[in-house]
Amino acid sequence: MIVAGSADGPVLASDVPLSLWGGVDARTSEVIDRTHPLCGRRLTGHVVVLPAGRGSSSASAVLLELIHAGCAPAAIVLRGLDAVLAAGIVVAEELFGRSLPLLVAEPDLFARALGARHASVRPDGTLNLDTVSNID
Amino acid sequence: MPAGPRLSARDRGLLDGAEGEARRLAMRVLVRLAEMQEAPRLIDVTRAHIDGCILTGPAIVAFAERLVKLGGRLAVPTSTNVISVDRRHWRDQGVPEAWAGQAGRLADAYLALGAAPTFTCSPYQEPDPPRPGEHIAWAESNAIAFANGALGARTNRYGDLVDACAALVGRVPLVGLHLDAPRLGRVVFELDDRGDLDDAFFPVLGYLVGAQTGGEVPVVDGLTGPIRADDLKAFAAAAATAGAVGMFHVVGVTPEAPTRAAALGGRAPARIVHVGAEQLGSAWSALSTPSSGALGSVAFGSPHLSLPECRELASLVEGERGAPGVGVVLTTSVRVHEAAVRLGLAETLERFGAQFVCDTCVLNTPLLPPGGGTFMTNSAKYAHYAPGVLGRDVVFGSTRDCVRSAIAGRPVVATPGWLAA
Repeated sequence: MIVAGSADGPVLASDVPLSLWGGVDARTSEVIDRTHPLCGRRLTGHVVVLPAGRGSSSASAVLLELIHAGCAPAAIVLRGLDAVLAAGIVVAEELFGRSLPLLVAEPDLFARALGARHASVRPDGTLNLDTVSNID
Repeated sequence: MPAGPRLSARDRGLLDGAEGEARRLAMRVLVRLAEMQEAPRLIDVTRAHIDGCILTGPAIVAFAERLVKLGGRLAVPTSTNVISVDRRHWRDQGVPEAWAGQAGRLADAYLALGAAPTFTCSPYQEPDPPRPGEHIAWAESNAIAFANGALGARTNRYGDLVDACAALVGRVPLVGLHLDAPRLGRVVFELDDRGDLDDAFFPVLGYLVGAQTGGEVPVVDGLTGPIRADDLKAFAAAAATAGAVGMFHVVGVTPEAPTRAAALGGRAPARIVHVGAEQLGSAWSALSTPSSGALGSVAFGSPHLSLPECRELASLVEGERGAPGVGVVLTTSVRVHEAAVRLGLAETLERFGAQFVCDTCVLNTPLLPPGGGTFMTNSAKYAHYAPGVLGRDVVFGSTRDCVRSAIAGRPVVATPGWLAA
């Protein structure tokens, strides 16, 4: 776990990197990158699973805006550390006393998270996944 | 948690507030990041470039103004990226007063901290660019890639917020691209001989490389012929838009790649990607939206235009006239614009119908309303972000095709020779 905390929410996952700046509306958290598989979805309240951020340096500021506006993801799970995203969360903690958990998942766990329906993060950093059941 | 970084006496003093509350806040953030990245210690940087002057909403303004209120002063010479308003001409551009006010407040906060009003996303084109080996703290993705790859300076991919923290204390965690090994190439992009290249080749190649790099340092091998700084600029901006590219090598061109072996540090590459007509063709297609309608705007200048680019554009439009109803926008810094005015280039361009927009760019200030027709550009960065940010269809083309289209009043795109199989 990179930033501690607990969270619980539906999973919003993609294996395509997403730039928060230019790719997500900072007021609503809606994905606006037309080339991204999550286009049209809102990040708010979700455990967002992504391999990494993308180009823009402003991703940290957009995450700060989402936290400030109360429409941030419940948690973010990445495949590798993204210091740009981490900075947004750390500054939100310092400035507004608000935060969200940021996890870096090992490849196996990350692959399972991509296919999960619901996830919860425990204060010790454990990620519990509720995967889609084949038996209805 | 792993052990934190080893702190110098000054670092500890900063954390205790010895240099004021703003620097204490900055140092706390930097130490948290150093812990996450498992940095052994922090190092000094000689300068910084702030990207956080772009208006993303009320929170970034609150951040910058908090630093001012806490009495913050930047510790190193610091340039500023584009802001979200053309401070001289926003009224003529139809930008709402409330937006201009917020964007101006944000810019003023960074100036109050001691940053220089360069307001450009091409800071490497300003006088006194960073030197090879110089440790700097730059934000703005294209500037980071250019500083590392083309200049051989050393910066990590700093984001907004961290840029100001680093500038306030002149310190950064010693990790990543500040070290030797992480700068070495890992993925080689081997180019076919594509014959004569035009300026559209470099953003297309960059877009392809960025999309296929995945955080590893790319090495481009097989580029022959003269490569201008503006070509590397277009390449770097495209690569850093498509992927998290902070460093790159072009064999025989960039300072840390005199040879392919040097770029790779003598190791075998992790991957070799062959780049031929097919790969370039899909990157080329990805830069335009599937549909497009009547041409509304043609934009040049992401990253901000250099003086040579203004000169080239002026020579292409000399004696011509842009079609009515097509807005031609040139985004650059006040410094380059003033030089273009002195040299008479601005007059030629304005006679054509082009409009200079300074301090900012079309993605960061509400200059082009949605629904204003198809957006055409020679910039991969503009082309990538315009559909989402501006809500417009996009056509990507060479500088020459963009000019021809502005004259014709509709997109005119010739398939470049380097795309031929």
